[in-house]
Amino acid sequence: MKRISRLLSDRLALLSLAVLAAIAAAGMLAPWLAPHPPDEVNMALRYGPWSLHYLLGNDQLGRCVLSRILYGIRPSVLLVLAAVLASVLIGAAVGMAAGYAGGRTDALLMRLCDVMLSFPGYVMTLAVIGVLGVGLQNILLAFILMKWAWFARIVRSSVRQIADADYVRFARTLGTGSLAILFRHILPVCVPELAVVASSSFGSTLLQVSGLSFLGLGIQAPQAEWGMMLSEARQSMFSRPELMLAPGLMIVLTVSAVNFLSDAMQQAVDPQAGSSKRHQPERAEAALIGREVA
Amino acid sequence: MIRYAARRLLTAVPLLLVISFLAFLLQQLAPVDPAEAVLHAQGVPQVTSELIAQKKAELGLDRPLLRQYASWLASSVQLDFGLSYVTGKPVWSLLGPAFMHTLQLTAVSAAAIILLSVALGVYCALREDAWPDRATRGAAFLLTAMPPYWLAAWLVWLFSVKLDLLPTSGMDSAASFVLPTAVLAVGYAGVYFRVIRSSMIAGRNEDYVLYGRANGLTERAITRRVLANSLQVAVPMFGMAVPILLGSTVVVENVFAWPGLGNLSVKAILGRDYPVIQAFVLLLASSFVVFNAVSEVLSGLLNPRLRKDL
Repeated sequence: MKRISRLLSDRLALLSLAVLAAIAAAGMLAPWLAPHPPDEVNMALRYGPWSLHYLLGNDQLGRCVLSRILYGIRPSVLLVLAAVLASVLIGAAVGMAAGYAGGRTDALLMRLCDVMLSFPGYVMTLAVIGVLGVGLQNILLAFILMKWAWFARIVRSSVRQIADADYVRFARTLGTGSLAILFRHILPVCVPELAVVASSSFGSTLLQVSGLSFLGLGIQAPQAEWGMMLSEARQSMFSRPELMLAPGLMIVLTVSAVNFLSDAMQQAVDPQAGSSKRHQPERAEAALIGREVA
Repeated sequence: MIRYAARRLLTAVPLLLVISFLAFLLQQLAPVDPAEAVLHAQGVPQVTSELIAQKKAELGLDRPLLRQYASWLASSVQLDFGLSYVTGKPVWSLLGPAFMHTLQLTAVSAAAIILLSVALGVYCALREDAWPDRATRGAAFLLTAMPPYWLAAWLVWLFSVKLDLLPTSGMDSAASFVLPTAVLAVGYAGVYFRVIRSSMIAGRNEDYVLYGRANGLTERAITRRVLANSLQVAVPMFGMAVPILLGSTVVVENVFAWPGLGNLSVKAILGRDYPVIQAFVLLLASSFVVFNAVSEVLSGLLNPRLRKDL
C-alpha cells in the first residue's frame, strides 16, 4: 500500500498512467470514436491536408489518418500488452514452481531458461516468423515464447529469497498448503519487482513489434497498425514527410509514458536505487538492460 | 587465469550443441519438404514423386533424425549450409558477404556506442542533477522512446534530402556509415550511459575516494580511478552489446538498404528460404553464446573475485 501511495504521489507517474489509460480506452472504443471507417479508400482525397472532417488529414489512399491511428491502437498497444501479460503469467508460474520446488525441478527449469535466454531476442523472433510465416499473431507468439524465461528467472530468484523466510516457515509449520503459501505469502512479495520489469519490457516489445510490422513481417494490409502506417508513409517520405508524424509521435508518446511509469515504479519499489546514498547495481541495472533496445 | 578462461569457454560447448539442435529442428518444423524445394531450386521442370524420393535418398533425408542432425552439424561447422531454395546458390555465398557487411556496421557502431556512453556517463556523473545532466537524460529518454526506423527516416530526410550532405542508402563510402551508426548509437548509448552514470555516482561515495582526496589526489585522478571501477559493470554490458547489435541491425539495415544480414534475413523470411533462415539463426545464436563467454572471461580478467565461481 505504501508503495502504491508513493507511486500516486508522483505526478509524472500519474500523468503517464492517465495517458496510457486514455490510449487504451481510445483503442477499445475505436469503432465509436473514429470519424470514418479505417480502410475507407477515397482517391479524391489523396494526401488531403488537415481539415475539420479529417482532423489528421488523409494518407496515400485517401484514408482517414485519425481513424487509422485509433484502430491501430489495438494491434500496436493492446495486443502487445496482452502478449506481455501472457509471458508474465507463464514466467511467474514457472518461476514459482522452480523456486518453491527447488532441487531437480529447479535445476531443469532454469537450464531451460538459460537455453531460451541464450537466443538473442530478435533472432528468436525471426526464426519463429520464418517457420510459421509472417503475421502479427506469430510475432506475438514468438515474444511470449522468448520472454517468459526472463520473467521466470526474476520470479524464481525472489521466491528463493522468500521461501526460507521465517514467516513462510511458520505458515508451513501451521500446515498451510503449498499453493496457499505460494499465492498468499510469496506471490505478493514478487509482484512489485515483476511489475517494474514487465512494464519496461512492454515498452521495448512495443517498439520491436512495430519495427517488425514496419519491415512487413507483421500485420498485413489493409489493417491499420502504427508500424505499418509508417512503412506506407515511407514510400512517399520525400514528397509528404508529414504522413510520418502521427503514427511516429503516437509510438513515442506511448513508449515514453510506459518508460516514465516503469521508472516511477522502480523508484516506488526501491527508493534508494539510483540515488547516491546506497547502490544496488544488480536491480537497477537489470531493469535498465532488460529494456533491451529495439 | 588461463584455466579459468578455458573452463568458461568450454561451458559454452553444450549450450552451442543445444542451440544447433534447435536450429536444426527449425527446418523439420517448416511446412516445406526440403527435397521438393531443392528440386524446384535446381530448376527441374517436372517434380515427380520418384524424383523426390531419389532426392531424399541423395540428401540423406530418409535417415533417422539424429543421424541427419550429425551430418548437418558436421557440414555446418565447415560453413556448408546447403543450397538456397530461392536462388539455388550455396547459402554461405549469400550469408558470408552479408555477415561481413553487418559486422563492419556493428564494429563501427559498437565503437561509437562505447565512446558515447562512457563520455556521457562520466560527464553526467560529474554534474549530477545539474542542468547538463538533466538535459542529457531527458534527451536520451526521448530518443530511446523513438522507433529507430522513424528516427532514421527523419535523419535521411534532413541530412540527405534537405541538406544533401550524406547518401540516403547503400554502402559505398565512409559517409554511408554515418547515418546508420548514428541511429544505432543513439538507441544503445541512451540506455548504457545511464548505467555508467549511476555506477560512477555510487563509486564516488566509496571509502577509497575519500582516502584519495584526503591524500591530496587531484579530482582528475580520482575520476580516472572511479571510472576504472565502473568499467567492471560496463565491460560485460558492452560485451553483450555486440551480439545484440548483430541481431538487431535488421530494421536499420532495411531503412538504409544496407547489404547485410538484416536485409538478407527479412528477404529469406518473406521468400520462405529455410536454409538461409536456419543458417542465419545458427550463426547469430552461436555468436551470442561465444560473445557472452568472452565477455565473462574479460570481466574475470578485470575482477579476479569473479573467477572463483568456476
